[in-house]
Amino acid sequence: MTVVDDGKGMDEAELVRAQDPFYTDGVKHRHRKVGLGLPFVIQTTKMTQGRFQISSRKGHGTVVTATFNQAHWDTPPLGDLPATLGQLMALGGDQEVVVHRTLRGPKGVRTWEAKRSELRDALGNLEDLQSVTLLREYFRSQEEELVEVGTTSGGKK
Amino acid sequence: MTLQELRAMREKGQKAMDRRVGGDKSIEIIVGMGTCGIAAGAKEALNAFVDELNSKDIRNVVIKQVGCMGFCHSEPTVEIKMNGMPDIIYGNVDAETARKIVHSHILEKKLVDKHVFDRPSLDILKKTGKEN
Repeated sequence: MTVVDDGKGMDEAELVRAQDPFYTDGVKHRHRKVGLGLPFVIQTTKMTQGRFQISSRKGHGTVVTATFNQAHWDTPPLGDLPATLGQLMALGGDQEVVVHRTLRGPKGVRTWEAKRSELRDALGNLEDLQSVTLLREYFRSQEEELVEVGTTSGGKK
Repeated sequence: MTLQELRAMREKGQKAMDRRVGGDKSIEIIVGMGTCGIAAGAKEALNAFVDELNSKDIRNVVIKQVGCMGFCHSEPTVEIKMNGMPDIIYGNVDAETARKIVHSHILEKKLVDKHVFDRPSLDILKKTGKEN
């Protein structure tokens, strides 16, 4: 899984601190001393012999790559990906989100891509119950077409 | 499914909603989706709300995902805003409680007592200057 953003980016010192569970920038919640998002990913990849990489450029953005070892006992299940992606797209705001999925299987390679701006164009307000419902169905159908090529391995961006 | 098909499904649903009486009285469901909320099962709770509302044919709902409301110990937290009921924050909302909230709070207008909180935590109230 690779997550790329074109946000504020971090310098080297910030990048190291961001991987510490007892660090947060304190912007969203003052006095708070924990920031668990990245540390959770790092812990999960470490304990299951996966891989984790992060790089960032101040003022340009950040790239996070996590590779999960599906053969390891302690690798958590992927969960309900269509529901997760539906919720990701339904998160309020004007941000663009592009999800790219690739599955390589015995019958070849298949990919799909979804842009939040296009989904909003088709559905209107993405926070409506109807939109949240249809987003989930949309991603479910995209995933079903993907799985036709066979075994699981892939990424999202 | 293509984007065109998705658009057509939306329009079909929109027409069904326009025929309904009182469709303008909207209900707002605000789900805490911070790391604490998601770790405690907020995604499952949100899914349960979506399924239950659809199965009861309740359409006039907006679902807002927000960050942590300061109740990390009681996640997943969910606030319900609707006409005829006070704004209520519920804590420890798993899938079953989500279904209970739809039946009792939204349909019957009765509070789900065991899960009620009265307001967000104090540091958040001070920061936003918002009082309930």
